[in-house]
Amino acid sequence: MDVWSSLMDGFATALTPMNFLYAVIGVILGTAVGVLPGLGPAMTVALLLPVTYALEPTSAFIMFAGIYYGGMYGGSTTSILLNTPGESSSVVTAIEGNKMAKAGRAAQALATAAIGSFVAGTIGTALLAVCAPIVVKFAVSLGAPSYFAIMVLALLAVTAVLGSSRLRGFASLGLGLAIGLVGMDSVTGQRRLTFGQPLLADGLDIVVVAVAIFAVGEALWVAAHLRRTPLHAIPVGQPWMGKSDWKRSWKPWLRGTAFGFPFGALPAGGAEIPTFLSYVTEKRLSKHPEEFGKGAIEGVAGPEAANNAAAAGTLTPMLALGLPTNATAAVMLAAFTSYGIQPGPQLFSSQGPLVWALIASLFIGNFLLLIINLPLAPLWAKLLQLPRPYLYAGILFFATLGAYSVNLQAFDLVLLLVLGALGFMMRRFGLPVLPLVLGVILGPRIEGQLRKTLQLSAGDPAGLLGEPIAVGVYVIIALILAWPFAYKLFRRNRPATAPAGGAAGLATDTDDTVHSNHHAVYSDHKEQP
Amino acid sequence: MTVVVGYVPTPEGEAALTQAITEARKNNTTLVLINSSKGEATVDNRFAQEGDIHDIEQRLASQGIQYLVKRPVRGHDAAAEVLDAAEEHHADLIVIGLRRRTPVGKLIMGSTSQRILLEADCPVLAVKAG
Repeated sequence: MDVWSSLMDGFATALTPMNFLYAVIGVILGTAVGVLPGLGPAMTVALLLPVTYALEPTSAFIMFAGIYYGGMYGGSTTSILLNTPGESSSVVTAIEGNKMAKAGRAAQALATAAIGSFVAGTIGTALLAVCAPIVVKFAVSLGAPSYFAIMVLALLAVTAVLGSSRLRGFASLGLGLAIGLVGMDSVTGQRRLTFGQPLLADGLDIVVVAVAIFAVGEALWVAAHLRRTPLHAIPVGQPWMGKSDWKRSWKPWLRGTAFGFPFGALPAGGAEIPTFLSYVTEKRLSKHPEEFGKGAIEGVAGPEAANNAAAAGTLTPMLALGLPTNATAAVMLAAFTSYGIQPGPQLFSSQGPLVWALIASLFIGNFLLLIINLPLAPLWAKLLQLPRPYLYAGILFFATLGAYSVNLQAFDLVLLLVLGALGFMMRRFGLPVLPLVLGVILGPRIEGQLRKTLQLSAGDPAGLLGEPIAVGVYVIIALILAWPFAYKLFRRNRPATAPAGGAAGLATDTDDTVHSNHHAVYSDHKEQP
Repeated sequence: MTVVVGYVPTPEGEAALTQAITEARKNNTTLVLINSSKGEATVDNRFAQEGDIHDIEQRLASQGIQYLVKRPVRGHDAAAEVLDAAEEHHADLIVIGLRRRTPVGKLIMGSTSQRILLEADCPVLAVKAG
């Protein structure tokens, strides 16, 4: 399999006028929802899932990829101009970016964010094109026990490592797995959690669940906190950078990319940790440490590059293993399933042209985003003046339309409202949404691998440990779960030395700060009218 | 006895404020400044920033005017807030700034000034930006 020629074929597919048009629509939509706080690429892709019934898979995925990357770009604009992260991965950008904007350097902050995102996105996508086939080669040798173990690792890692509270994370994951269980058991035909309701026998459609949790839940939440003291966007002209800005930006871009891609590619992915690590590194390496906290350009360049590289990295396990680690990738995976395409290592061989067109479209999308973001930044900022009632009325309209269009059943609208209320309650009580969505989407696939493993071992649970990789993964899982207890014990025994401890101290320090940033996002949500 | 002024951080709003200060000094009355937002958009540039309001307060204080600054955010439009305040404080004058609007723009967006002019129970002084 020659990466280069496959990729060129991918470009040929992605550059046909129709597909190019979908890429343009995708990046514009993606930037728009990225700019608006509360909306994100995951919600947008979920709302657009019903188009998969009418569109060709290639076009649909090219559009989704555009939305995915666009969301990352748009988020930084809001962070810089408003000090409200448009998106969780641009929390760190807001620290220095908003200070720069207040000091009258908004144009440079936006420029370094956009160009850095472009550089990191392009390198990240190139790494994705190189790494994914290698991961696939390794993955095809894996059997069901290893798969099961890796998927469990991904779920646990996303739940336990990200987010502010493990308990809330696991509660959310449990809800997701339960929702994923509803319907007919694929092996025995037994009905589970259907409560005698024949309409539930086919299970809950992922479109309904995703739209309800992301769109309806958020709309209800916003409706409950409709009036908030309006903020001021810092006025900005055309983004540009001077010579010294370039000189100070290019190294952070590359370092940010180096942080972002591997973290994105790990099953515990997420863009929050690498953006923060990049920020800390830049602060330490900077020749202008005194500027940090007052608007240092390195503090924008590094994290922005890291979050885009992480976005590219996240697609590696998604395409190569069928393992999504963030909400947007999870919803994209649901789109694969709704086309009847089986995600997993066989994807590259069975759907080669589609996958390579998708990767090529990421390069194209990145380039388009640079073009539309540099000159149009002031225009994007204007979007923030949209009154929320109009915006969310539109979202609810499309949510209802989408949920109804899946099966043309009024019952789905009832489900939409019930799950939307669940989404609202989750926001109310600070439960993260990501574990639920991953649980719903990965749950049935995990169950499939578990059943396969147990069938092969004739019901003997020892079969789960039948492959060395599986054993290794379980060790990692045990470490992740045991870590907080071990750390607590360590701290209790050596209270004096613990805070000054080298690597261990740094690691938890980072965690804490990332978490408090999460709180910042939440507290923005909870602000009273 | 008060002068109510509808303030927005634009040239029209500044003109209205300047006029209101003149009126308040002439009649030696309290000045009530209203700067409201519906609070429905993330960003509202017609809602004055903390710093601007602070500057205005200092300006009013230095001129020895009794004043009251109100910044309601409760989903009512600007006209309703100004009329409310006028009623509450028994205004004997409302000062507003007028901006140029095309007939079509007025048809679509409505007009805050027009509503105040039509519905106010006291005299309304409308000024334009210098």
